Amino acid sequence: MKRAAQSTETPQVGRSVPRLESWLKVTGRAEYVHNLRLPGMLYGKIFRSAVAHGRIKRIDVAAAQALAGVYRVITSREIKEVIPEPYYGPAFRDQPVLALDKVRYVGEPVAVVLASDPHVAEEAVHLISAEYEELPAVYDEVEAMTSKAIVHDVLKPAGTFPDLRHFKGRTNTNVALDFHLRRGHPVEEMKNAFRVFEHRFRTQQVMHTPLEPLVSVAESTESSLTIHTASQSPSFVRIEIARLLGWPENRIRVRVPFLGGGFGAKLYIKLEALVAVLSLIANRPVKISLSMEEQFFTITKHASTFRIKSGVDKDGHIVARECEVWWNGGAYADIGPRVTQKSGFTAPGPYDIENVSIDSYALYTNLVPAGALRGFGIPQLVWAYESHTDMMARELGLDPVEFRRKNLLRDGRPQATGTVMRDAAIEKVLDRLVALIDWKKPLESPSKTLKKGRGIAVGFKACVSPTTSLAMVTINADGSCIVYCSTTDMGQGSDTAMAQIAGEVLNMAAESITIVHSDTDVTPYDMATLGSRSLFHMGNAVKMAAEDALKQINQLRTELQLPADCPVADVFKKKYGMQAGNVVGTGSYIPGYTSPDANGLTDNATPFWMVGASGAEIEVDTETGRVRVTRLVNVADVGTPINPKIVETQLSGAAIMQLGFTLFEKMHFDERGQLRNASFAEYKIPGLLDVPGEILNEAVAAEQRTGPYGAKGVGETGTFGVSPAIANAIHDAVGVRLTSLPLSAEAIWEKLK
Amino acid sequence: VRREIRFRLNGEAVSAQVAPHETLVEVLQENFGLYGARESCGQGMCGCCTVLVNGRAVSGCLYLATLTQDCEIQTIEGNAEPDAVQQAFVEASAFQCGFCTPGFVLMTRQLLDEHPDPDEDTIKHYLSGNLCRCGAYPEIIEAVKLAARKRRSA
Repeated sequence: MKRAAQSTETPQVGRSVPRLESWLKVTGRAEYVHNLRLPGMLYGKIFRSAVAHGRIKRIDVAAAQALAGVYRVITSREIKEVIPEPYYGPAFRDQPVLALDKVRYVGEPVAVVLASDPHVAEEAVHLISAEYEELPAVYDEVEAMTSKAIVHDVLKPAGTFPDLRHFKGRTNTNVALDFHLRRGHPVEEMKNAFRVFEHRFRTQQVMHTPLEPLVSVAESTESSLTIHTASQSPSFVRIEIARLLGWPENRIRVRVPFLGGGFGAKLYIKLEALVAVLSLIANRPVKISLSMEEQFFTITKHASTFRIKSGVDKDGHIVARECEVWWNGGAYADIGPRVTQKSGFTAPGPYDIENVSIDSYALYTNLVPAGALRGFGIPQLVWAYESHTDMMARELGLDPVEFRRKNLLRDGRPQATGTVMRDAAIEKVLDRLVALIDWKKPLESPSKTLKKGRGIAVGFKACVSPTTSLAMVTINADGSCIVYCSTTDMGQGSDTAMAQIAGEVLNMAAESITIVHSDTDVTPYDMATLGSRSLFHMGNAVKMAAEDALKQINQLRTELQLPADCPVADVFKKKYGMQAGNVVGTGSYIPGYTSPDANGLTDNATPFWMVGASGAEIEVDTETGRVRVTRLVNVADVGTPINPKIVETQLSGAAIMQLGFTLFEKMHFDERGQLRNASFAEYKIPGLLDVPGEILNEAVAAEQRTGPYGAKGVGETGTFGVSPAIANAIHDAVGVRLTSLPLSAEAIWEKLK
Repeated sequence: VRREIRFRLNGEAVSAQVAPHETLVEVLQENFGLYGARESCGQGMCGCCTVLVNGRAVSGCLYLATLTQDCEIQTIEGNAEPDAVQQAFVEASAFQCGFCTPGFVLMTRQLLDEHPDPDEDTIKHYLSGNLCRCGAYPEIIEAVKLAARKRRSA
């Protein structure tokens, strides 16, 4: 197969290298777990709970087991024979491999049918029946605070995070994390303020819907287990499966090829524990591929409620802010407690406010579990605080841009946690957005029933910390280079970026470098591909590994008394007498971090800040309430782009994804917690016809001084400002203020009536 | 009950034993090791499973394999050398994860066969049955325009 053309262009960094795997992707030959078939492989199909909360009284698998072609039907009873305590999770060990004693949401896996023919397995699933003693259920995150319906009898923190330890053994609560921050004197200053504004906002539950649905395959021998999985976190999978089985890490091997999208859906344990146990029970390879429908019953984005209150002085300075956020975590915590804490850090927004209180709660409910989705909670927060900002500005009779400028958080000033802002080009991003969106230019509505409006919003994020990345770079006897790293390329272009970084160090074309995909037997540890952390953390590790390899080559040159420009191939030939040997460079990166104190304050909350702002021009049809985005501008601080084209497409893609979450995507649950629209026929994601008439994306000139070649993450940044920018534009157009997502035509029309 | 069907696959005469419920995507994957057409939504809403049957794009995850008796089937793997559309998709960075890309490439070929010089509205409408969750749509539109120019100048 054709490879990308070899380039001798330098430098490598700052060049829009086409994705290394481009030809594989346009010819349909890229490797995904979906393609994998192993000899003797069984397919697993899942039987799921039909009730939101209940004790399992009986599971009848006899008819399924009797169906011709069924290899075996497995329930938690068989799982427990392999793993006595079959509960997993990154924050709480609360999620059973298959429902055990209780079910906690509609769609929870209860049993699995194994068969060589997936159609037979599926048919058999329909022959299983289960009886439950139904329990009271809770669905709303605010109600969950005080509800008598308790999702988990006892809380079981995983022990990984110190701020969750105090939850150990707690009963009679649905709170899975409460993050509190107090800075200055918010209560007093709120009392003294000239004006006080209080609003409440809501976001809906949505799903990532990667077009490659979740898929995992496990194969076992007596002493080892190999898991091929579409995962963003292979190192975590290895450690967690090893823990569950009581095996050392070196007996578990996790391989990850390309992913057909991830967006946070493919993190931690999803199908991996299940296929691992099934392959051990069956002693044959087992594959589970979810359908698109089943994905909706696996992991989602947190619905949330945010109460925000601000006190403003006579000059329009925000002097105090109270934030209270409730996160709907669903039935299992997944990474929700991290979302709650880390996003809690920035809940008051990119503003310089002396007196702040933040209370952020992760709640268990009887809905599909929620985890990370492209922003780790930030899009929910920006939606609220930037709508709130505009509402205040308009009430105060101030220009929304000027009001923001007056209060903007500037470099060198402490943010809510007390951490001083560094390398966060908030003001530059806002200025550039204002210029690109022609803020001052009057808008003319095309007709009496078609009203134009314009809105902006700016948000920021503290990258999740502390996390670790390791990398290895080898230089072979012919001078060619291989990078080994456990970052998953799920479309964000990490392979290409890592090759550019290594290439920059080694003065080699990125296109000539091979990237070895995650294989935990081979590639070193990485925390996970999430939260826009990889380019910064793994980028630093790859850079260090490449520098280490280069140092070894130079040492060989000195040792062998060769000139400094002696070609690498000649160095090895002289050293080993033939084309032989290689050098292995290693790099390990973990940034500094200080845990928040009792008041939620820390002088080092994050290794870098991400800044994203959006401006929207829209048209509202006053007869139908329909919104059309005619122009969307996204501006960001991404540090110095390693690959400008990929950066631009990341911003654009993230904004388009967020457009769906803003205008129409919503999981509809009925009063019994049953999801009513778990398919693309009823759950619409953005298509070509939803793309704004004009979409413009720009990274401002900036530098992250601690990043590899000045770079930092970008995967989530484009999502931050989209929802409030559009809500603010709708208000500008027709005077309708919506405080709940999505901004549907119905909701607007109702208010226009 | 399986029966033998014969058809031409990417120009080659082939046969397969297929069950009545098996879809074209399944048969391409299980019998021929072709994975470029892939099931995603399973409802014909996303276009990831696009396959050409007698030159017309169909949703291979819904199209029953037994219906392809004597048909000419073309998949993304059909051409040995990348064509103008594939080149344009690479040059315009018109994909991220790549899972939807084969479907877009095949639909774009059909679009350009019918409309050699499509305007933006035509492109958006014609390809509206293909979804890209990475949101590479602006680049896809650029790629289609670029492919049109490449084909016209070829």
